[in-house]
Amino acid sequence: MPEELSSPDSSSSTATVDSPASDAPVVQFEDVSIGFGGKPVLQEISFSVERGQTLVLLGPAGCGKSVLLKLANGLLKSDSGTIRVFGEEIDKLRRRELYALRARIGMVFQESALFDSLDVEDNVAYRLHEEQVPEAEAHARVVEALKFVELEAAIDKFPSELSGGMRRRVSIARAIISNPDLILYDSPTGGLDPITSTTIIELVMKQRDVWHTTSLVVTHRLQDAFILAANRFDPATGGMKHLPKDGPDHGIDEGMKFLLLNEGKIVFHGTTEELVRSDDPWVKRYLE
Amino acid sequence: MSILSPDVFIKKQIAAVQEYSILSGRAIADIFSRPRYWADIFTQMDSIGVGSLPIIILSGFFTGCVLALQSVTALKEFGAVSMTGSLVALSMVKELGPVLTGLMVSGRNAAGMASELGSMKVTEQIDAMRALGTDPIRKLVTPRLIATVFMLFFLTIIADFSGIVGGTLVAVNMLGLNASSYLHSSYSSLVHGDIVQGLTKPIFSGFIIATVGCFFGMRTTGGTQGVGRATTQAVVVSSVFIIIVDFIVTRLMIGIFGS
Ligand SMILES: Nc1ncnc2c1ncn2[C@@H]1O[C@H](COP(=O)(O)OP(=O)(O)O)[C@@H](O)[C@H]1O
Ligand SMILES: [Mg+2]
Repeated sequence: MPEELSSPDSSSSTATVDSPASDAPVVQFEDVSIGFGGKPVLQEISFSVERGQTLVLLGPAGCGKSVLLKLANGLLKSDSGTIRVFGEEIDKLRRRELYALRARIGMVFQESALFDSLDVEDNVAYRLHEEQVPEAEAHARVVEALKFVELEAAIDKFPSELSGGMRRRVSIARAIISNPDLILYDSPTGGLDPITSTTIIELVMKQRDVWHTTSLVVTHRLQDAFILAANRFDPATGGMKHLPKDGPDHGIDEGMKFLLLNEGKIVFHGTTEELVRSDDPWVKRYLE
Repeated sequence: MSILSPDVFIKKQIAAVQEYSILSGRAIADIFSRPRYWADIFTQMDSIGVGSLPIIILSGFFTGCVLALQSVTALKEFGAVSMTGSLVALSMVKELGPVLTGLMVSGRNAAGMASELGSMKVTEQIDAMRALGTDPIRKLVTPRLIATVFMLFFLTIIADFSGIVGGTLVAVNMLGLNASSYLHSSYSSLVHGDIVQGLTKPIFSGFIIATVGCFFGMRTTGGTQGVGRATTQAVVVSSVFIIIVDFIVTRLMIGIFGS
């Protein structure tokens, strides 16, 4: 068994068991609306993500997927409605409380958003350095996180020396280093070639199946979503394998939910089964 | 840019002023609480202070030179050539040293801050910073504010000094004035109030450079093009502010010291 599989819960449990309503949804949107300069972007969005669930957010470019993730992390403020993360109402938090909440959330940005002036090690260790974790421990954790994304060799490189796919991996390593209770992936495969995209989706899957972290995955590639739904990370091979059609899951991951957005509204919210069976004409056209 | 109706335009400007005030207020408040990013403060001090040293020395020196040349021509008419030293010193210390240093550092560092923070903004590095639990105002703006105010103070002293040296060299070597009486007239003309005035100005200029540079950087939108726009705006606005505030401070100081 790879070492990161040995005790997935022991190190993350400190942060997980504290909130009183531990069966409450991790993320909950209620009638959330936001617009920029008079132009509505999201209108009355309501949904929730349960603990351990992976919610895939699909929709055409510019429909507000990134905005939705930023709302969930308090990087943007909604115009109306309530957003609860770990049961806390995010708009009501003070500056310091919000930063404390964010310590439990990992975020992978659309274009990786690595710090240009820092090398890979300092990028990945950023949060640990902020928390003044001793240097030796920080280094060990960086190595472990880079192993997870299979990029140990690049530890001394600068972001400008990395390919798009490698940058995305570093960005994932940076997001998972503190064992977050929630991960927000903003188009982790955006702008990557199909093969690299699949390796990145494999990492998302690995994080899901090894650590069972609650996550929101934004993608504009339907294929990413179906790979996530129909496969499971296989620790024996270190790759992914198809869920057997005759197995208990009938070939699809039951913990996965889909959310389709179009023009600022939710068009669909449900499981993979429900998605492929949907009668909605827009959903049908989108799936084709 | 599309043409805006006047009321929309004014609303936008008021919102910008409000945003600027909030940013400045927070940047100041963060000076007095932890965590402080000392490494960033020193990096900025190095970039602003040491980096600007050559242009400050050169521009101060030649301003002093030209000031001596011009003053002599003007003072000759009144038979007051012996006042050259005093005129050069007073102009340098009270006015030209502070303003020139402010404008030079504004061109160099307000632009640098706006483009650096601007490119961080458009590549989502600022959002990433917030997502990773760091307050970008504390991490980016406050160190630049501290470093600029601190370094501009000393850069101004260096500019004043270079200017007086330049003036002396021109007066003595090109205009044939007596060195010791020139320096005596420079030295004795400067009183306490002049020096306080000359050293109050860089504190304001430093504040303007850092906050305006960071403000335009942090609100950059529209990709690399937007970064270019932010940089230009930062230099223009901070330069104009420096001159306006220079006038206001001078007026106040005349009120206080009467000269
Ligand atoms: N900070 C912002 N200021 C103004 N408009 C924004 C901002 N962020 C996003 N938008 C607008 O919101 C809409 C949705 O953007 P986004 O969420 O990035 O789309 P996508 O679904 O492709 O991720 C776009 O029209 C975009 O222009
Ligand atoms: Mg997006």
